[in-house]
Amino acid sequence: MESAKIEELLEKYFEATATVAEEETLRKYFNQESVATHLKTYAPMFQYFSSAKNERFTKQIPLKPRKNYLKWAAVAAVTILAIGVYMNWSSGTGTEDPWEGQYTQAEIESAQEALAMLGMNFQKGTEQLYHLEKFEETTNKFLIKE
Amino acid sequence: MQQSEFLNVVMPFKDKLFRLAKRLLVSTQEAEDATQEILLKLWSKKKVMDSYNNVEAFAMTMTKNFCLDRLKSKQANNLKLVHSNYAEENSGLQKQLEAKDSVGWVQRIMEELPEQQKLVLQLRDVEEYDFDEISQMLDMQPTAVRVALSRARKAVREKLVQKHRYGIG
Repeated sequence: MESAKIEELLEKYFEATATVAEEETLRKYFNQESVATHLKTYAPMFQYFSSAKNERFTKQIPLKPRKNYLKWAAVAAVTILAIGVYMNWSSGTGTEDPWEGQYTQAEIESAQEALAMLGMNFQKGTEQLYHLEKFEETTNKFLIKE
Repeated sequence: MQQSEFLNVVMPFKDKLFRLAKRLLVSTQEAEDATQEILLKLWSKKKVMDSYNNVEAFAMTMTKNFCLDRLKSKQANNLKLVHSNYAEENSGLQKQLEAKDSVGWVQRIMEELPEQQKLVLQLRDVEEYDFDEISQMLDMQPTAVRVALSRARKAVREKLVQKHRYGIG
């Protein structure tokens, strides 16, 4: 291509009035071997633009949505806590006095008396067991001596 | 919208997002992170994506805003990393550019341009968008885009001519 035409295109190029197609012509011209000597100054510009276009993005695109497990763990924890508190509260109101209405006052009193007697007798029995312990201690002394 | 469907929409322009991010952030790593971030944001907006008439332009605008925010917060933290000093071993392009040194100049010249000129130059000369698209992406008047582009190109030319004259790399 004659250099006059290229010069004319260059003029337009630097005024930024050249079309994309005209700029393509310039790029082609400067990327070939035979560039007119007085235009050689401009060659690196167009060569650079052409080579810069070849750069590629090589990294992987991580499209897997970042799952927020922690969020769901928090939701689960709060739910469990809420259920636990609710159950505890509702059953707590029931245990205030489960026997109310089932037994008369007299019955309860007699039961308490019986339990008190049982406790007293049980204590007596354990006191007797103390003697047994003493007995064992003495026999042990003999056994060790022999 | 399914994942495959989303990828079909996004695939054609993900490289453009990356290149734009890299133009602004300079570091490849940061640009990759930014691109991922943008794609994830898009993915989370997939339900309303059909209502955008131009997803690509929308994504480009998002990338631009995201990167400019990044740069701003970096300056606020007084953390100025000079990425141009880094040698990027794994970038084939970088090596390629190093070989053709004068081509590498253009990259360094572009790094020195103001952000708006960088953006316009990237969108027009690398990605070959037309003025209407660029003005939509950058939220600028088409005439303002033209002016910024002309200035950016002339600035690059001026620096390039300077370097040629003095032969200093």
